[in-house]
Amino acid sequence: MMEREQRYTQDPLFWRAGAIAATIFMSMVLVALTIDTLRQITPGSPRVPAYDVINNSVGYEYDPARAEYAPKIGGEELIFGHKYSPEEAAELIGKGKLVIQSRACIDCHTFFGNGGYYAPDLTRAWMDPVWSIYAGPKRADKLAAFMMHPLRLGAHAMPDLHIQRDEAEAAVAYLKWMSSVDSNGFPDRFGAASGQ
Amino acid sequence: MYRSQRLGLKYLTASTVMFGAMVAFGLLSSIYYIWPGFLLNVFNFNTAKIVHIDGLVIWLLMGFLGAIYWFLPQELDREVEGIALAEILFWVFCAAVAVVVVVFLFVQYGSATEASMWFINQGRKYVEAPRWAALGIVAVMGVFAYNVLGTTFKARKSTGILTVLMFDLVPLVVLYLDAFPEMRNMSQDLFWWWWLVHLWVEATWEVLIGCIMAWTLIHLVGASRRVVESWLYVEVALVLGTGILGLGHHYFWIGTPRYWFAIGGFFSALEPLPLLGMVVHAVYDAGSNHLRAANRPAFYWTLAEAFGNFIGGGVWGFMMTLPQINLYSHGTQWTASHGHFAFWGAYGCGVIAVLYLALEKGRGYEGLDGRAWKWSFALLNTGMLGMVGALLVAGMDQAFYERAIGGSTWGAFLAMEGRPWFIEGMWGRFAFGLLFACGYAMLVYDLLATRRREATVSEPMAAAGS
Repeated sequence: MMEREQRYTQDPLFWRAGAIAATIFMSMVLVALTIDTLRQITPGSPRVPAYDVINNSVGYEYDPARAEYAPKIGGEELIFGHKYSPEEAAELIGKGKLVIQSRACIDCHTFFGNGGYYAPDLTRAWMDPVWSIYAGPKRADKLAAFMMHPLRLGAHAMPDLHIQRDEAEAAVAYLKWMSSVDSNGFPDRFGAASGQ
Repeated sequence: MYRSQRLGLKYLTASTVMFGAMVAFGLLSSIYYIWPGFLLNVFNFNTAKIVHIDGLVIWLLMGFLGAIYWFLPQELDREVEGIALAEILFWVFCAAVAVVVVVFLFVQYGSATEASMWFINQGRKYVEAPRWAALGIVAVMGVFAYNVLGTTFKARKSTGILTVLMFDLVPLVVLYLDAFPEMRNMSQDLFWWWWLVHLWVEATWEVLIGCIMAWTLIHLVGASRRVVESWLYVEVALVLGTGILGLGHHYFWIGTPRYWFAIGGFFSALEPLPLLGMVVHAVYDAGSNHLRAANRPAFYWTLAEAFGNFIGGGVWGFMMTLPQINLYSHGTQWTASHGHFAFWGAYGCGVIAVLYLALEKGRGYEGLDGRAWKWSFALLNTGMLGMVGALLVAGMDQAFYERAIGGSTWGAFLAMEGRPWFIEGMWGRFAFGLLFACGYAMLVYDLLATRRREATVSEPMAAAGS
């Protein structure tokens, strides 16, 4: 059996060439797609709005043309009684991200469906029916108050993570900005069941 | 025995300890689901989960390092270059892990400052370890890369397996650098985070475990190097050929363009192929050896690795990867079911196989066979299958009722948590988790018991036949 005539398919070098070719080709395609994707998800692009979108109303509606839900950005609707310049908004959103990372929010919650599965997804938290009964400015205050002094909701309670007022405002701004990102219809039918 | 092999055994021992920590914190995490309010504000769920999933990464990483420090000198018939440095780094690694665990247990979280990122918690899933510790892991990986490359160059020879390993070191080290940035744009953050998580776990690590299993097969059943290396190349071609763009299945919903639906859906549907190839390979090797090997525990764990990788990673992954299903299954307990099964099948079983192989050759014990390893094999695998099944029931319930019908709101999430199938799933996961923990205890008992068997080498062999 060992002495059978050797064909090229029995030569490891043949398969090595295939492995190298597949890896190089796929890596090059990935690099090209990465360059394009990064361009499309830079803040200020149609898919990912600029950070000062937090000065506007943000909703999530069914778009018949796309046959899916999509964010809808409306007119001015300030939070915390302040109109943020693009620089201020970027700084606030940066701080919001630090709040989210420092408290490891993602290890209980999910963002765009990625994270801990133990607590609700936060992708559209800004327009969740729990909060959207309040108009924009009041909603921001309610959300910030909840983060600082969490109430029991359902079976689970959110822990008190000693979030300060300035941190809570930054995190709320972050959730509002994030809810404006076009995530290809995820989550589907958000709020539809509750008539929102 | 080479110094490198002694270091390999140390890494495998540390890895087994981390395995235990991971199991303990996994069990703890599962209690929060069935006992709402458990340890609220004392030790919150997210911290328990962090120790569970970071423990998983460290367990496997230490297992891989142990396996390679074990096989490398045998492959080249010489001591590993820079072994003294590697020995120092082992203790640095262990100390760093211990400090990070203490910080997670007692400090838990900080305020929204850069200092928190550096010293407490980076708050990015799987790479929560503070930056200083992440730098430490880079140093360990750097020295490891130097060990492999330096030894191969000094030996002035290489083998197919070593060539693949050296090639794989590049993404292994470079991708980990992705553990540091803190980007304010969540879309970009997750885009790069998946380069780390997917391209490490579903590509770089798959190749790494491919190299380790190739060595395992050669040492375990005397498989032909020519056949094993050809298979390894085929596997690399398929794993990277499908896995690199299979990355796209994580880019459906994070703000990234729509073309990822087609690319991610197509290539991730192909991702099970190399894993199926490994099953074919393992069955072929098992059959040609008539299911017999001198080291039966290592042999059965190798088979478990092949099947677990294919079913847990391949089939369970495929089940939820197409965007039409993923829209509802993404980010539910269904994902957790796949995650548990895939990590266990692809990597956990492989590390345990190497553990038994190193134990036999390293300590010169022939009498590894006995009842204990069979109990641990059965308990661990039954425990895992039970957890995976329970999480799948809960996850499907969640996908249908919270996601598809409920529309994913907070209200829908909380209502779902009260649904009987979800509650039963969480109890089932806890119960089978306990079984899994018993399997771990049995594994540790068996590993320690081999010392005692040394004196009566022939008896366990006889007992195995009964």
